[in-house]
Order: sequence, then structure tokens, then C-alpha cells
Amino acid sequence: MPVLEQPSDVLRQFSHGDLDAFEALFRRHQCEVYSWILRIVRDPAAAEDLTIETFWRIHRAHARFDPARSFGVWARRIATNAALDHLKTARLETDLPGNLPSPPLPDPGISEEIRRKTARAFCRLPPKLKVAATLALIEEQPYKEISEALGISTGAVKVRVFRALRFLRKELQRQGIEP
Amino acid sequence: MNEHDQERIKQLLKNSLPPISGRMDAELRRDLWPAMLKRLEAAPAGVPWFDWALLAALAAYLAFFPGAIPVLLYHL
Repeated sequence: MPVLEQPSDVLRQFSHGDLDAFEALFRRHQCEVYSWILRIVRDPAAAEDLTIETFWRIHRAHARFDPARSFGVWARRIATNAALDHLKTARLETDLPGNLPSPPLPDPGISEEIRRKTARAFCRLPPKLKVAATLALIEEQPYKEISEALGISTGAVKVRVFRALRFLRKELQRQGIEP
Repeated sequence: MNEHDQERIKQLLKNSLPPISGRMDAELRRDLWPAMLKRLEAAPAGVPWFDWALLAALAAYLAFFPGAIPVLLYHL
């Protein structure tokens, strides 16, 4: 097995379909891809499956990869699409977050009922708005990174976030909560 | 919707769905390469759907215009 020392060599060999290069890239990026997907789907088991799915898509698309570009950015975009597909197909019940252990509650002034209703309103968001809202409002990722991951402009991300906020306000008001 | 509303909803969201970034329990706990290998081995060498569509279109064309068969053979 040849030693893949330079990342650019790895990328070039990967684009030609080399499995060793693919393995090297997988091992280098699996944690990052998993972590990104977990932020979107908030379910460790689903995030693991989607990491495999993402790299499967990456493997299939190797010929379309340009070695001059960033593999990480490309992988993140494919991961975001895989997570989005998952959110589109996931049922509402399984979509409820909560598989991660809860950290200490940061604001005791907000009741459990309000938190539950907010989570329920969040689950009703359309997937595209949900991804934008999760990454921008909850995870506080830079808009530039979100736009790269979603393959849309920064302005379009801001529009999605605004629409998500408007949707959430309506949902909360419907449930009797005045934000 | 004013900025106050936006901030309030953001605060509610962060309280209801705490951020995952930076949490210790959000790290990948196992190497996924063995599972990836299984997926690669299990995957059939599939033919893309548009290749099948192209083949079907060609077969239909040749069925309706058999005179085109020698022309096609000549060009192959």
C-alpha cells in the first residue's frame, strides 16, 4: 500500500477512485462530518448512519471532486444534504430532539412547559428552515459556513432564519405563548 | 417582528434545545470505517437510471425504425 503523505496527493488519488485515499480521507474527516450532522439531526445514532451515508455519496461522486478545492467544505455540503434528506423523511415523533442527555438548565425562569412547547414548535418547522435555524440560532455557526454547507447565498440563509423565526412565533402564539 | 421578539425566540430555543457544539458527549465514540467498508462491499455495481432510460429509448427507436439498425452498426 503506497504511503499517502501529502494531502494534495490523497485528494488527487481519491478523485481517481483510489480506495486507500478514500480511507485516509474518511479517517481524517469522519469526526468532523459526524459532529456537523449531529448538530443538525441531534440524534447520535442517526448521525452515525448519516455519516456513513455521506461518505457513501462522497465515494460515488469521487470523479466530480476537484482536488484543487477543499475536501472538508465539499464533505460538509454533502453531509448537510444527507441530514436534510433525513429530516424530510423522519416522522414527526422520531424527529423530536432529546436523545442527547440534557445539560443543566441555563435559565430557571423558563418553565418546563414552555421549553416543551418551544421544542414542539421547532419540530414543526419545515426541514430547510429547521436546518438554517438550528445552525444559526442554536449552534451559532457563522452565516458564511452555513451558506457553504447549504449551497446558497448568505442572504438566502438570513431569509430562511427570518422565516423560521416568524414560523416559530406563530406556532408559539398558537400554543398560548407570547414571545 | 421586531428584534426583541427575535432575541426572545432565540433564547427560548437555546433553553429548549441546548447547543451541541463543544459538548463532550457530542464526540464520535467509535471508528466508523468498518461500517463504511461493509456498506461499500454490500453496494451493488448499479447502473444509473438514465443509462437504462437511454437504452430503452434506443430499443424503442430501433423497434419502430428497423431500417436504422444497419446505420447504427455502421457507426459503431
